[in-house]
Amino acid sequence: MKLGLTFGAALVASVSWASLAAAQTELSMWYHGAGNEVEANILNGIVADFNASQSDWTVVVESFPQESYNDSVVAAALAGNLPDIIDVDGPVMPNWAWSGYLQPLTIDESIIEGFLPGPKGYWDGQLYSIGLWDAAVALVTRQSTLDALGLRTPTLDQPWTGDEFMAALDAAKASGNYEYPLDLGMAWTGEWYPYAFSPFLQSFGGDIVDRSTYLTAEGALNGDAALAFGEWWQTLFTEGYAPGTSQDPADRDTGFIDGKYAFSWNGNWAALGALNAHDDTLFLPAPDFGNGPKIGAASWQFGVSSASEHPEGASAFIEFALQDKYLAAFSDGIGLIPPTTTSAAMTENYGPDGAMAVFYDLTKAQALVRPVTPGYVVGAKVFEKALADIANGADVADTLDAAVDEINTDIERNGGYGH
Amino acid sequence: MAAITQDNHGLRLIMRYVVLTLIAIIFMFPLVFMVMSSFKPDLQLLRDTSSIRAFLPVGDLSFDNYRDASSRVPIGTFVFNSVLVTGVTVLLSLLACSLAAFSFVFLNWKGRDVLLSIILATLIVPFETIAIPLLLLVSQMPWIGLEGFQVGWLNTYRVQIIPWIADGLTIFLFVQYFKDLPRDLIEASRVEGASWLQIYLKVVMPLAGPVIATAAILKFLVMYNQYLWPLIVVQQETYRPVMVGLQYFFQLNTAWGEIMAYLTIITVPVLAFYLVLQRAFIASIASTGVKG
Amino acid sequence: MASKLTTSNRAGWAFALPGFGLIALFIVVPFFFAFYLSLTNQRLISPNPTEFVGLENYRNLLSISVLSIEPEVDETGALIRDADGNLAYPRVRTFTRDNPDYPQYAGMREWFRWHSGDTAKVVVATDVVFWKSLRNTLMFVLVVAPVQGALALGLALLINQKLRGINIYRAIYFMPVVVSIVVVSLLWRFLYAEEGLLNSILSAFSFGLFEGRDWLGDENTALGAIKAMSIWQAVGFHMVIWLSGLQTISPTLYEAASIEGASKWQTFRYVTWPGLRNTAVLVLIVITMQAFALFAQIDVMTNGGPLDSTTTVVFQAVERGYGKQDISGGSAISVILFLLVLSISLIQRYLTREK
Repeated sequence: MKLGLTFGAALVASVSWASLAAAQTELSMWYHGAGNEVEANILNGIVADFNASQSDWTVVVESFPQESYNDSVVAAALAGNLPDIIDVDGPVMPNWAWSGYLQPLTIDESIIEGFLPGPKGYWDGQLYSIGLWDAAVALVTRQSTLDALGLRTPTLDQPWTGDEFMAALDAAKASGNYEYPLDLGMAWTGEWYPYAFSPFLQSFGGDIVDRSTYLTAEGALNGDAALAFGEWWQTLFTEGYAPGTSQDPADRDTGFIDGKYAFSWNGNWAALGALNAHDDTLFLPAPDFGNGPKIGAASWQFGVSSASEHPEGASAFIEFALQDKYLAAFSDGIGLIPPTTTSAAMTENYGPDGAMAVFYDLTKAQALVRPVTPGYVVGAKVFEKALADIANGADVADTLDAAVDEINTDIERNGGYGH
Repeated sequence: MAAITQDNHGLRLIMRYVVLTLIAIIFMFPLVFMVMSSFKPDLQLLRDTSSIRAFLPVGDLSFDNYRDASSRVPIGTFVFNSVLVTGVTVLLSLLACSLAAFSFVFLNWKGRDVLLSIILATLIVPFETIAIPLLLLVSQMPWIGLEGFQVGWLNTYRVQIIPWIADGLTIFLFVQYFKDLPRDLIEASRVEGASWLQIYLKVVMPLAGPVIATAAILKFLVMYNQYLWPLIVVQQETYRPVMVGLQYFFQLNTAWGEIMAYLTIITVPVLAFYLVLQRAFIASIASTGVKG
Repeated sequence: MASKLTTSNRAGWAFALPGFGLIALFIVVPFFFAFYLSLTNQRLISPNPTEFVGLENYRNLLSISVLSIEPEVDETGALIRDADGNLAYPRVRTFTRDNPDYPQYAGMREWFRWHSGDTAKVVVATDVVFWKSLRNTLMFVLVVAPVQGALALGLALLINQKLRGINIYRAIYFMPVVVSIVVVSLLWRFLYAEEGLLNSILSAFSFGLFEGRDWLGDENTALGAIKAMSIWQAVGFHMVIWLSGLQTISPTLYEAASIEGASKWQTFRYVTWPGLRNTAVLVLIVITMQAFALFAQIDVMTNGGPLDSTTTVVFQAVERGYGKQDISGGSAISVILFLLVLSISLIQRYLTREK
């Protein structure tokens, strides 16, 4: 047995010596894209290019399904088993940085000067993560719908006001042509709620947490603006404007294309499907409820784990991946928004006349990142439940009060989350 | 029986089959839905869900979903991992749990009742509630294997197997079954000078067919459907089981057709296992009842 | 019982040790660790040091009290009534938020209320959702345990006859068990949808009289829908356990009963049922445990909603421990659940003890 083992070890060693030209140090990397072939191919391409471009490092990728990626990382961190490079969802990054899972990036920041703000992950004044793309949400509809309902086409300079928006929903409802005027995607639980719906609250003038201190939600989530938002939100469901929390997931995927809904609040990743189904699909900016039109920002980003013994190698890889051609490749492959104008120009859909260029402009004009705090993870959960409850008819003031209490208790129990 | 006329008997037989079949339909429909849907493109699949078409092989049928699902997920690896982990665990579990139950039912020893009570109490602990402590435990657990001494069990088969070998339910199943076995058999063998091991092997286990089959099936299901545990202790695709693989399909636009194809594929081993066991044990034991 | 022949400390321990040792190491030890966590302020991930907080987590979960609210009066002291003659009451939040006169109610929320004369008695709790999860879990257990156990026995009796092809039916009845509960829940979400198949079928059978319902979206039907699905899914599981019990009953007993001219009911009552005693205890306990552990269906189908009508204790433990990164609070929920189920099963055991 001993002999066999030694022989096996020698064999393994000789194979790895043969395959690697020089003594390269291995860098492990975790990615959330398991099951998405296109995404995997692009990433593997970047990794192969990087490994071939220099002789110090070899990056090895392990992919995880997105649904459970965060759980996997947290479990690995608890067990002391983190890789060198991890990707992290933008709003979650402060939580991981504060917990000590991440170390600051050491890339040349001049490279990311031209980036949209969403993909740049700053916490505590330091860059911890950087994204190769951003994501945006728009009000999806069709030109023929607007024409039939006699509605003005809102623009970035002149978005719909809250009243105009509601008038549009009323018109759609009155036409009797739709099952519901608006599809908010209530079937998508989880991060979709805070990502897609907290910008409405912010446009009303409220927020999930008071961003001036990040130490309380009092006033932000249960003040007058938040109450107005809550009442409005409830009307959407009680008055039959939008399907509620029990929306059939199938309808979320195909309802707009099938003509069940006049408007759909959906992300740029679903845009190509809508465009393919209807030539006259339009992507409208968010309505302005008083404090400016807002949409969410920040998507998946790359960071270096605190467990990494080779942060310089990890940073070198991330810097390498930030080349325009890769940014463009991700955009072409999976429809994401490229983070720079130069890379946007290289893409099929986001160039000056691209079908989805509007998303780039939307992001630039309206995007607001979710609260940059380690407490966001809990705040987002509480917000999601509050919105679901209000949609199902819970008392608005009581629900928002309870949400504030829960968020504040959590902040207190975490010693202010380092703010 | 003799009083019943032939006609009457035939009618009653038909009625029995009608009842059995009606119940069967109730139990089958989601599976029929799953299998039929696996041949349909996504859009049609979703539209069909509101009508009886969901259960019929109608429309645009193809094996595309199977092809796409197998290129999205390394199905072979995942099924192999699950079958391996499940098979080994089931075997070891039957052994460890039946031995323990044997001891609890047939032997008298100090501490027996306390130990049994503790084991029964563990039935109450839902796995979700101890997952994190258990994770911390196995991540520090030592192991001596072919590769020498190591610390930490993450990313292995053993971490998916060993913590699941013994469980209160399986022991309880055996205990309740053993209680129904005639005790004089055991005492008689004892008088004849048989060792406990001999009694276990030669007297008790040969009579335990039905409970072995039941325990094996139930354990198989628990193991084959493992999700949370492998999710947190396995970070390498090489060791992932089928239920974690299911997550691969929940992308922003969920590929429902492929999910149905994947589910159909991964359900085959379980059904096969159940059918084999049913034939091997239940059917044969049915006629030999052991209770006096 | 304690015959000399069967007394053997060494063999007893040796046989029990592999099973017991593994359970002790992989279930008992982690559970004690969870119990320890519940007495601290440990977060799932945090750079802050762990502190011992005693029973604070339990207090936060269990604090409950009754608040009496008098109806509003105008300047003259007369009761204010609205158009329908209903009394007006001040909002609960005026007592529970920043009110120095009622420090004992600070941070509490209304669970439910009743009226005693003109006074509104409001039950307020620090963690209303937890109380609702306790209520839902108990309701689930109370319905699912007996119904599922009885249906499973019925199926087992039905399937335990010698008929050509009976094995096929046996396999079919077991099918829902074979498919993971997560998958089953996914499939049933389609069936329960407002435009889903269940509504189409009900509408067709009632000739259009039945109007579609949003089964999972209505707080009055959501938990019921999940109960029905859960019973359907696991009934085959318990059918198999009953079956293995049935098969231990000697055919000679049935022959004897048939010779004595016993009716079907008499045969069941005096031959089958007594022979199933140990199996019945097993099924009852297993169903109860499984019902208390209700989680996957909720996670996939409703996320505890609408309005907490389907939230359960284990769902809360997971949501808090992992989702909200409060592992100490989640652990406290687990410990409460453990103690609750333990006391229930002790009562069960007392009631089903051998007389």
